[in-house]
Amino acid sequence: MGRTIVEKILQAHTNDEVKPDRLIEAKVDFAFANDITAPLAIEDFKLMGAKKVFDPERIALIPDHFTPNKDVKSAEQAKIMKEFAKEFGIKYYFEIGRGGIEHVLLHEEGLTLPGDIIIGADSHTCTYGALGCFATGVGSTDLAAAWALGKLWFKVPRTIKFNYKGKLRKWVGGKDLILFTIGQIGVDGALYRAMEFSGEVIRNLPMDDRFTMCNMAIEAGAKCGIIEPDEKTIEYVKGRAKREYKIFNSDPDAEYEKIYEWDVSELEPQVALPHLPSNVKGVSGVKGVKVDQVVIGSCTNGRLRDLAIAAEILKGKKVHPDVRVIIFPGTQKVYMEAMKLGYIQTFIESGAAVSTPTCGPCLGGHMGVLAKGEICVSTTNRNFIGRMGHKESYVYLASPAVAAASAIAGEIVSPEEVMK
Amino acid sequence: MIKGKAWKFGNDIDTDVIIPAVYLNTTNPEELAMHCFEPILPNFKEKVNKGDIIVAGKNFGCGSSRQHAPIAIKACGISCVIASSFARIFFRNAINIGLPILECEEASEKTDNGDELEVDLEKGIIRNLTKGIEFKAEPLPESILQILSSGGLVEYVKKKLGGE
Ligand code: SF4
Repeated sequence: MGRTIVEKILQAHTNDEVKPDRLIEAKVDFAFANDITAPLAIEDFKLMGAKKVFDPERIALIPDHFTPNKDVKSAEQAKIMKEFAKEFGIKYYFEIGRGGIEHVLLHEEGLTLPGDIIIGADSHTCTYGALGCFATGVGSTDLAAAWALGKLWFKVPRTIKFNYKGKLRKWVGGKDLILFTIGQIGVDGALYRAMEFSGEVIRNLPMDDRFTMCNMAIEAGAKCGIIEPDEKTIEYVKGRAKREYKIFNSDPDAEYEKIYEWDVSELEPQVALPHLPSNVKGVSGVKGVKVDQVVIGSCTNGRLRDLAIAAEILKGKKVHPDVRVIIFPGTQKVYMEAMKLGYIQTFIESGAAVSTPTCGPCLGGHMGVLAKGEICVSTTNRNFIGRMGHKESYVYLASPAVAAASAIAGEIVSPEEVMK
Repeated sequence: MIKGKAWKFGNDIDTDVIIPAVYLNTTNPEELAMHCFEPILPNFKEKVNKGDIIVAGKNFGCGSSRQHAPIAIKACGISCVIASSFARIFFRNAINIGLPILECEEASEKTDNGDELEVDLEKGIIRNLTKGIEFKAEPLPESILQILSSGGLVEYVKKKLGGE
């Protein structure tokens, strides 16, 4: 019986026998935390009596959630991280101005690689699966154990395969595919499971869109999302990889718990309505919803291609007078590239605010919190009650294309309508 | 070998039922245990005999990621939780704080409240002594058993580091 890519990666990291539902102990290639989760992990690490980390070059600490520090408490948290990084010689501590949002930064820096086991004390760690690695979010205690031992226990997930056929329409991309998928299977449709995305549509999808898809696997309850590496993956990793890596593929006769197959040629841009990522409709079904704020960025859609699409739509146009637009590039490098390519100027000329990379508005932390009754179209990944501010505010999740188009129209519209 | 009386629960027992949020201002296991299952079974701790076993349906421990939930259950004297399935974070938290858990749909379906159970974690065997039936769950591997017998992940790592 053949094996899935996830099973093969896990097997390469353990002496235990890998079978779905089994518990195994496996070697971890990279383990990281942010300003919210690191302080707890550091506390547990010290309780464990650890005197050193398993490998100071395989750990990253990324202040990104409440940074630039929004208040004294966040500053204290960030300080704990910085001091820990110094004390234990952690190579990859990313200070503000040299980093960005963790899940846009680590793959850009070539720190997460194909074939790896990656753990992060953050639920969207599943993003890196786009490179063909096993990446999953864990708790702070788990992370501390991995820092101390370089190993952690895992339950081998069953894999559900998603096959996308056809050719995507203009303005339809990775965000629409993943929203559509979550809409089909629900927020617990892949509970515990690995989601393997495949098919001709995925092969034609740029890396940035693949990251977007794997990023939201957790929104379907999945343990990880994964895409088999191909030439695009190798092209992406080339020149960035800070370590050796290994390519794994699923066997043709691998056993899947379930296989979904969709022809997505007719798919229109998708929107998830408040208050669940699975509450999905085609954009034509949401048309006319008045918008107060538009947010473009985050670990879901804060990459260069996302900004390129937003810039293409905003170029030479003005943001609707009733709307405020906040654009936050995922990392300093994305920011710099966007500047060189003229996107930042386009944004500012259109009347949008551009912020330094931060998680800020995505989790209602700072830099764009919503007031009571306000409606936001956001390229982020969660629209739970109160996620971006007041508990009576409303978040519609969409692609950068729909977000930018809605910013101009002042209401939710399809990009086609403003690009006529 | 674990032995005790079964406490039967239904599907989707969430962490708010296991330990209501108002009591999360402490991490003291004894205090948490006093309020364990309060919304559905007040004074659970006093009714439990040390070693008793929880047998539940699907998705046990769903809801928030609070580590307090398995801590409260363990501090009640519960020796093991058997369920058709667990919510993912509860599953991790339980093992990390040293509470043995097994997934076994058949045991969950065929066990009644108060049945006498015997559990062999290493072999993954659950015996219902009252009914005279035996169920097979996926056994816990050596590495996980070590975490459990150390009393949780923090203690396990401490021991490992001390021993090296
Ligand atoms: S951008 Fe949002 S979802 Fe991504 S890591 Fe930050 S807070 Fe989490």
